[in-house]
Amino acid sequence: MKKVIGLTGDEAVAYAAKQCDVDVVAAYPITPQTIMVEKFSEYVADGEVETEFVCVESEHSAMSACVGASLTGARVLTATASQGLALMHEIMYIASSLRCPIVMGVANRALSAPINIHGDHSDMMGSRDCGWIQVYVENSQEAYDSVIQAFKIAEDPEVLLPITVNLDGFIISHCMEGVEVLEDDAVRRFLPKRKVDLKIDPEKPLTIGPYCLPDFYFEFKRQQEEAMKAVLNKVKKVGKEFGRLAGRTYDVLHAYGIEDAEAAVICLGSTAGTARVIAEKMRKEGKKVGVMKVWLYRPFPAEEFKKVTKHLKAIAVLDRACSFGAPVGPLCSDVRAVLYESENRPKIFNVIYGLGGRDITPTDIEGIFNQALKTAETGIVKEPVTFVGVRE
Amino acid sequence: MSKEEKPGWKRLPMAAIITEPGSSMQYKTGDWRAFKPVIDLEKCTNCLICWIYCPEPAIVQTETKVRVDYDFCKGCGICAEECPVKAITMVEEGTQ
Repeated sequence: MKKVIGLTGDEAVAYAAKQCDVDVVAAYPITPQTIMVEKFSEYVADGEVETEFVCVESEHSAMSACVGASLTGARVLTATASQGLALMHEIMYIASSLRCPIVMGVANRALSAPINIHGDHSDMMGSRDCGWIQVYVENSQEAYDSVIQAFKIAEDPEVLLPITVNLDGFIISHCMEGVEVLEDDAVRRFLPKRKVDLKIDPEKPLTIGPYCLPDFYFEFKRQQEEAMKAVLNKVKKVGKEFGRLAGRTYDVLHAYGIEDAEAAVICLGSTAGTARVIAEKMRKEGKKVGVMKVWLYRPFPAEEFKKVTKHLKAIAVLDRACSFGAPVGPLCSDVRAVLYESENRPKIFNVIYGLGGRDITPTDIEGIFNQALKTAETGIVKEPVTFVGVRE
Repeated sequence: MSKEEKPGWKRLPMAAIITEPGSSMQYKTGDWRAFKPVIDLEKCTNCLICWIYCPEPAIVQTETKVRVDYDFCKGCGICAEECPVKAITMVEEGTQ
């Protein structure tokens, strides 16, 4: 019997974490992430979990406590958003460099100023290069599924890197949906206790985080990049294994209608759902359109992306963040870089949308598809970067 | 100071974790030096002021007086500055 319960994206993260037998949670509340830790603290108070819940005075402390806990070999979870993520930024580099497989739920939210609590990807894109694995989910079900897979990916001895599970603030974090959940035992079997070789242990002293001069530092950064490369195959393996367990198989990319499409929309998160509905409608009208959702954003699945998209004539890359002064938005920058070496590469244009929680409507997306079809037909990119949904 | 080859990223332990205590003894810092202290043992009174002041510590007591451990001396020159009888001279590396 499948068990379906009503959960918001935030609650789905907490529910998954409960089943993942997390040892330590250190977190500080911030909208729209609050419910993740609020709900989890209820599980702690009700004795449903044996987790050490550390109440801290800031996100900087939360991430620091998580690093310490993770180094003892504990399974660790935290969660944040926006300004909180920005405050964690410094320690996020330390978490990845010390190879702490922390899982963090991020309810993506705009950054101040002006202050705004609604969804966009500026927060995570601001910490894009901090060495964390990054996954963007499309709905509450994916939020639940992704947290369980996240621990398994992050804690793999060949990976040992922290991971963020990104869910669009409010759009996913606060939207209640029917979420199919697994039995507790099934999750425990999928995700056994963490096994650790090197950890803080009074019986076997270690030096962790020593000073590293120009003659050694570079080597450790090179190691990190190698660990990132190992992630791609692990994600695919874990995604298949999860599929056998839950009936929902995950992959680094999720393509819809791409195989025979001429024009496609590439995006992250909840927008993929809207884009797919529009694509479905347009395909019925005989228009050759498709959608590519990038589930695993870091490491970017470059080779696979190239393979799946090489036949396209035009691509619209949707960015819910603005990289001020850059030629294009962050996702588009990756897409362009990945496809640059391809023969007959598709024409690519960038759409910046949805900043500060501004709605992206089905009509907006249909307009983007039509622009992409026109680009495919003419082979001309009229405007490399457009801003959709902003008043002139 | 020995010029040993340093290991590459494939051979180094993950995340710069050091599993053996006291390993700073293996990390020689003598090649940081631009000037090296040379002790004139004729002038040296074995007062041990240099031994006290050396931050490394790279002044080693011998059976008679003191010597410099050039594997670790970074060439800061504090010993030469503090020596009350001016028995220590800072000599540019490679000139002697």
